[in-house]
Amino acid sequence: MTTAPAGTPQRRHTGGRSTDRPAGRVRRPMTASRRANRAGLAFVSPTFVVVLVVVILPILWTVLLAFQHAKLVDIQGMGLFGNWTLDNFHQVFGSAGFWSSLTTTLLYTAGATFGSVALGLVAALALRKPFRGRGLLRAAMLLPYVAPVVAVSFVWEVALSPQYGVVNNWGHRLFGWDDPIAFLSTRSYEVHLLGLHFDVPLALLTVIAFETWRYFPFAFLFILARLQAVPGGLEEAALVDGATTTQRFRHILLPQLMPVIALLCVLRFILTFNKFDDVYLLTGGGAGTDVAAVRVYDFLTARYDVGAAAAQALVLAVSLMVLMGLYFKFFGNKVQEES
Amino acid sequence: MSRAQFEERFFGVARWVVIAFLAVITVVPFYYMLLLSLKPIDALLLDPGSLWVSAKDLTLSTYRDVLRSTDDGGQGFLKFLLNSALVSLGTVALTMLAAVPGAYAISRLKFFGHRQVSALFLAVYLFPATLLAVPLFVVFAKLHLSSSLFGLAVVYVAQTVPVAIYMLKNYLVTIPSSIEEAAALDGCSRLQTVRKVVLPLALPSLMATGLYVFMIAWNEFLFALLFLAADPGKWTVPLGLAQLSNGVEVPKTVLMAGSVVLTIPVVLLFFAAERLLTEGLTSGADKS
Repeated sequence: MTTAPAGTPQRRHTGGRSTDRPAGRVRRPMTASRRANRAGLAFVSPTFVVVLVVVILPILWTVLLAFQHAKLVDIQGMGLFGNWTLDNFHQVFGSAGFWSSLTTTLLYTAGATFGSVALGLVAALALRKPFRGRGLLRAAMLLPYVAPVVAVSFVWEVALSPQYGVVNNWGHRLFGWDDPIAFLSTRSYEVHLLGLHFDVPLALLTVIAFETWRYFPFAFLFILARLQAVPGGLEEAALVDGATTTQRFRHILLPQLMPVIALLCVLRFILTFNKFDDVYLLTGGGAGTDVAAVRVYDFLTARYDVGAAAAQALVLAVSLMVLMGLYFKFFGNKVQEES
Repeated sequence: MSRAQFEERFFGVARWVVIAFLAVITVVPFYYMLLLSLKPIDALLLDPGSLWVSAKDLTLSTYRDVLRSTDDGGQGFLKFLLNSALVSLGTVALTMLAAVPGAYAISRLKFFGHRQVSALFLAVYLFPATLLAVPLFVVFAKLHLSSSLFGLAVVYVAQTVPVAIYMLKNYLVTIPSSIEEAAALDGCSRLQTVRKVVLPLALPSLMATGLYVFMIAWNEFLFALLFLAADPGKWTVPLGLAQLSNGVEVPKTVLMAGSVVLTIPVVLLFFAAERLLTEGLTSGADKS
């Protein structure tokens, strides 16, 4: 904690009081903690105002809009309040595909979260010990994460295209696919395996694979940073005791990594749940990939129905909060103990 | 062979398989992007599976096409690049102005409610960008800012301030407070201390944060789509690329050149400051 000595010049926000005031003043000089308090409030207020104006007020307004009749055309003349209604929620819950969209969102989020964290963990373990070219590979592995989503999704789109895509071409050459597979527009693809028939939600899986690919570097970075902070002595001791590689991972490394893995899972879950760009760019929300965030966009731009869009966004945010609440109720204490 | 020996060997091999796999999945898509941007569309349609470009096909005309302005029959990406640069730099400036004082206050000063405020800044991420999109869309339509680059930069600030505060705060807490006390003893006011002592010391973190914010703004798509879609003169590069790739009239290889143009600035910036950035992002992750 900063403790400025009592004799330092007073700060600007103390107004008229200055140090050259004659002795015998009535008010005692402020304590260091009060001064820190005031300076803190002064410093934090510009940031707070910006966040308030561009983030918090809009969110609150969304909540209001969700309970109002609001089309974009008549919103110009509309006041902040009035026109209260629950129609938007009727519309959202009643509309075809709401529940399937929520399921899709959950599958997509869970799949992408698990995929990116798991691949990140594997990558971090593989790149843990130095080898020739590790620095280069480490830097290259961050490419999917830093490259613009529009550019990489376009590359995936072209590469997976049934007409001119490299994947289908090589699939035909190597595995003898008869027909090109439309990865991004096939809702369910029939697979014959050992005499069994499966329907695979191909477009959804492709989108999950894309998310995994794009965000595993994020998990990799965090896990590697934590991995390198694990004291070497622990593992050496286990090695001396005859623990095998898997045992050392299970009983030494994993417990050390668990807090950061849990944090990453929560973080990736939240961010993926709200994700719009990736799905919209890859499939436009078609072929069984209609995640909730894309529906909000559709309400907003296709129908100019601001109220319904706000209601849908609100439902999305509330479901996320409920999920997070459940998570912290059941696992929150454990995470705290471990960290 | 004992279990330990077996595992030793197995993971010794598996490790290299994983490393090769990772190298392939991260490098090949970008190689493919570059490759397609260098050949005419006919060559792609003729042999979609080819993984190199022959000398007679090699062309830079795709880049000429994509960069030239629409009046000259190109796709006008030069204009998009300028728009993107303006928005991104504006966002960086605004975000830093907004985030630095707040991050300093949270890291240093025990003011009333500092825990709540710092939690609040992170809680912003709980809300989907789409939730923000609805009211901002309406407000900007009302203010007639809905197709202005400045309006877009303001919206991006909302996206970047929380992460900027988080990154700066993590760095600022590592600066020993005794340095600030020394400055205070020498008669610096709090503002002077921040300007002359703390900010110079935090320069690496400021740069890392600025770069990260730049990348977010450069790559952003949703709000550009919402606000600027109707006005092709103001499109940013991601928006331009996405809009043009929906149609069939622009050859894919030309658009691939557009993706390269879009990707190169962020990748260059990233490699120039890789260490700075990765440490800025993960600092704190290793001491939980």
